[in-house]
Amino acid sequence: MSKTRVETKINGEQMEFLCEPQQSMLDVLRDTLGLTGTKEGCATGDCGACSVMLDGRLICSCLMLAVESNGRQLTTIEGISRGETLHPIQQKFLQHAALQCGICTPGFVVAAKALLDENPNPTEEEIRYHLAGNLCRCTGYDKIIRAVQDAAQTLRGEAS
Amino acid sequence: MSEARDYKVIGTRVVRPDGVDKVTGRANFGADFSLPGMLYGKVLRSPHAHARIKKIDTAAAAKIEGVYAIVTGADFPKVGHEEITGGEGAGDFADLATNVMARDKVVYHGHAVAAVAAQTSAIADAALAAIKIDYERLAPVMDLDTAMADNATLIDERLFTAGLPEKATKPSNVAAYMEFKRGDIAQGFAEADVVVEGTYRTPTVHQGYIEPHACVASINQGGQATIWCCTQGHFDVRSMTSKVLGMNVADIRVIPSEIGGGFGGKTTIYLEPVAMVLSKKSGRPVKITMTRDEVFRASGPASATKCKIKIGAKKDGTFTAMSAWLAYEAGGYKGSSMAPGAMCVFAPYVVPHFLIQGYDVLVNKPKVAAYRAPGAPQSMYACESLIDDLARQLKIDPIDLRLKNAVSAGSQAAYGPKYNAVGFKECLEAAKKHPNYTKKLGPNEGRGLAAGFWFNAGMQSSAEVHINENGTVTVVEGSPDIGGSRASMALMAAEELGVPYERVRVVVADTENAGYNNVTGGSRVTFATGMAVIQAAGDIITQCKQRAAATWGIEADLVDWKDGQAIPKPGVNADVKPLTLAQIAANSGRTGGPLLGRASLNARGAGPGFSINMADVRVDPETGKVDVLRFTAIQDAGKAIHPAYVEGQMQGGAAQGIGWALNEEYIYDSNGVMQNAGFLDYRMPVASDLPMIDTQIIEVPNPSHPYGVRGVGEVPIVAPLAAVANAVRAATGIRIPDLPLSPPRVLAALEAAKA
Repeated sequence: MSKTRVETKINGEQMEFLCEPQQSMLDVLRDTLGLTGTKEGCATGDCGACSVMLDGRLICSCLMLAVESNGRQLTTIEGISRGETLHPIQQKFLQHAALQCGICTPGFVVAAKALLDENPNPTEEEIRYHLAGNLCRCTGYDKIIRAVQDAAQTLRGEAS
Repeated sequence: MSEARDYKVIGTRVVRPDGVDKVTGRANFGADFSLPGMLYGKVLRSPHAHARIKKIDTAAAAKIEGVYAIVTGADFPKVGHEEITGGEGAGDFADLATNVMARDKVVYHGHAVAAVAAQTSAIADAALAAIKIDYERLAPVMDLDTAMADNATLIDERLFTAGLPEKATKPSNVAAYMEFKRGDIAQGFAEADVVVEGTYRTPTVHQGYIEPHACVASINQGGQATIWCCTQGHFDVRSMTSKVLGMNVADIRVIPSEIGGGFGGKTTIYLEPVAMVLSKKSGRPVKITMTRDEVFRASGPASATKCKIKIGAKKDGTFTAMSAWLAYEAGGYKGSSMAPGAMCVFAPYVVPHFLIQGYDVLVNKPKVAAYRAPGAPQSMYACESLIDDLARQLKIDPIDLRLKNAVSAGSQAAYGPKYNAVGFKECLEAAKKHPNYTKKLGPNEGRGLAAGFWFNAGMQSSAEVHINENGTVTVVEGSPDIGGSRASMALMAAEELGVPYERVRVVVADTENAGYNNVTGGSRVTFATGMAVIQAAGDIITQCKQRAAATWGIEADLVDWKDGQAIPKPGVNADVKPLTLAQIAANSGRTGGPLLGRASLNARGAGPGFSINMADVRVDPETGKVDVLRFTAIQDAGKAIHPAYVEGQMQGGAAQGIGWALNEEYIYDSNGVMQNAGFLDYRMPVASDLPMIDTQIIEVPNPSHPYGVRGVGEVPIVAPLAAVANAVRAATGIRIPDLPLSPPRVLAALEAAKA
């Protein structure tokens, strides 16, 4: 099977790769580009562990074909923090103990960022519905919701 | 143990040492590891729930370019019967071997029958499709009533029920019978003013960890092998793989990755021996990862059960007699969690006369694996539901009824031993005082309450404490960190040594770099591995005192260790300055070499854990949908080393228990094929399904642990099932005994009650 050449910008960096037409974005991120921070929990778009942003929009990378990323911009978990500083969402996840095993955490961090980019002051209900596509089996979501609320406050420049 | 001890770091909410890697995507989980030249392995699974394998033809698959190895049951050695010990689940190595790869028979849909290793995953898929298998289909046995019937189709014709009072004379699907009793059950019921009884069913559910099973295996031509995998116990992966493949234990190195959830489901093996045989045949490293579909069909799950409970009580609520008849599905091979379920069912209560009977039953479903407090949620769901009905009948507050019969220090547990200090009454008292217990409810709303219990385990652990040249501390241990245990280990080492938490780092080492450890299971890690860390730190302190004494030219027993420094004992006449850990470390080359503390132990005295959960629900009379409005978890942790992670265990267990109560179940068609093997249709709770989960940690110290720690990980899943079901009963006036309380079932019950 002949491979297709794809050019895309991932976390601000211009990348190119070859992929088969049926390969998912998730498989290419993980297996071809070595960006294993994006996780696979189901490959059917039900768990959110593979959440990434495509041109600023939250998507499941398991449901997108890699060839579709040509000429687009992707943000993965590896692109959330820059340089020496964690993103406030990441800091608040740590402070609130909002992770236990940590496999769902990259997906939650990306999904939370997508929410707060659009809605800097979400209600608890809005956070819960926005994150309803991300499964966590360890925490019962309580500390995750609180971490996102606290991160939102910090991003708005209010003291927490 | 000293209750009044003034802790410096224990009980603080520090950031976990592995945290940054986990919020940035750097942490490596099971599927994240790869090797150069690695092949992709895939497993062919049975399309039938119950069948004999007549013939396997792999010739066409072998001709496909890029296929490097194909294995079937014929490539695996025959393994003799031997009980598996040390883990959380029950089982037999011979069954484990045929569960990993079927030989002459498949006993569930999804049972592994062959595997291939190929250059790419797409080629491996093509190879699987080219393997031809002739099956002789047999009738699937899909539930307890069918399996236990006299004329039932037999899943294993050589299986005779073990443990019967009289030796079994004919084979049966009932693998084992177990009985506990005390007193005279007939007399106990005769003494009762009120007798209540009920029959309850719980469905097959899955642990639901988000990370699918994954491993890479590589074996060289000399027979030395390495396995990289996500597991709750890498030493168990080593021992199980060695048994299943007839390999030397010392030739297998197992390197655990970070683990993306397990809840008991990663205390056994599925893929590792298969990847190993594929690696051996191909001469290349082989990686296998399960799909979510495979996780549902071929790993886990937890037993479906049928439980009949009967309780006799005086008018004042005193229990006079209790009986339990408990049947647990084991799946295609024997070994359910029936025994712990039977041991837990009446554990919270004092009752003079009881009889508990348990049955371990084969059905054509995947072999069950441990699931968080294995066995307890099912039997205690039944008992705690019936106690709720009894309280209503006696017009006694459900907390008061439980308080009247609650165990405390000195009570003899139904399962045998006398309790040491336990916190059950403290949990009940806390529930009574909790503001959530008296909050006003609206129409169609109800409040339910239930108790939870788990023994907690000790078992074998070992740990090393290394003092680095600048006085920082490296703890080396061998218990995979599934929910923040590195933080607990670092806190305990810091507390003992008297150094800041930030100076301690914790390594979960592989089978060649850590002493032996049993699984991360049984809620044992903070208790038992923590105790090993405390003892290894104590070993360091002893050595530091000796080094300081040698430096000062006094006897070692004249030296104290306080706030991270060696000082002369009060009254000792020595004109010396205190020596810090850093100073002793910097000078260690001149005082006897590097500072290395060690401990290994078989921890006894794991303190049993109790809980009380309260649920407030609203039932929609139009649809039967149940919403949890409020949930309160109260639990005795003994001593919370890291309170935020203790709360996290309580909240996570509550969510799993709510899922079990309301939505989760394996749905099968008439051929024994699971119809909902995905997260869309196997509906685990999502963020919008749940409220905040209120927690209250009770601390009744465990006298057997230096800080009073009890296990906390498993108790949280036990009480939510009945707490939710009792709330639904309160909201609707109807007792629905079978879980899950999904909208169609609740709606049918509401409509039946109207008619």
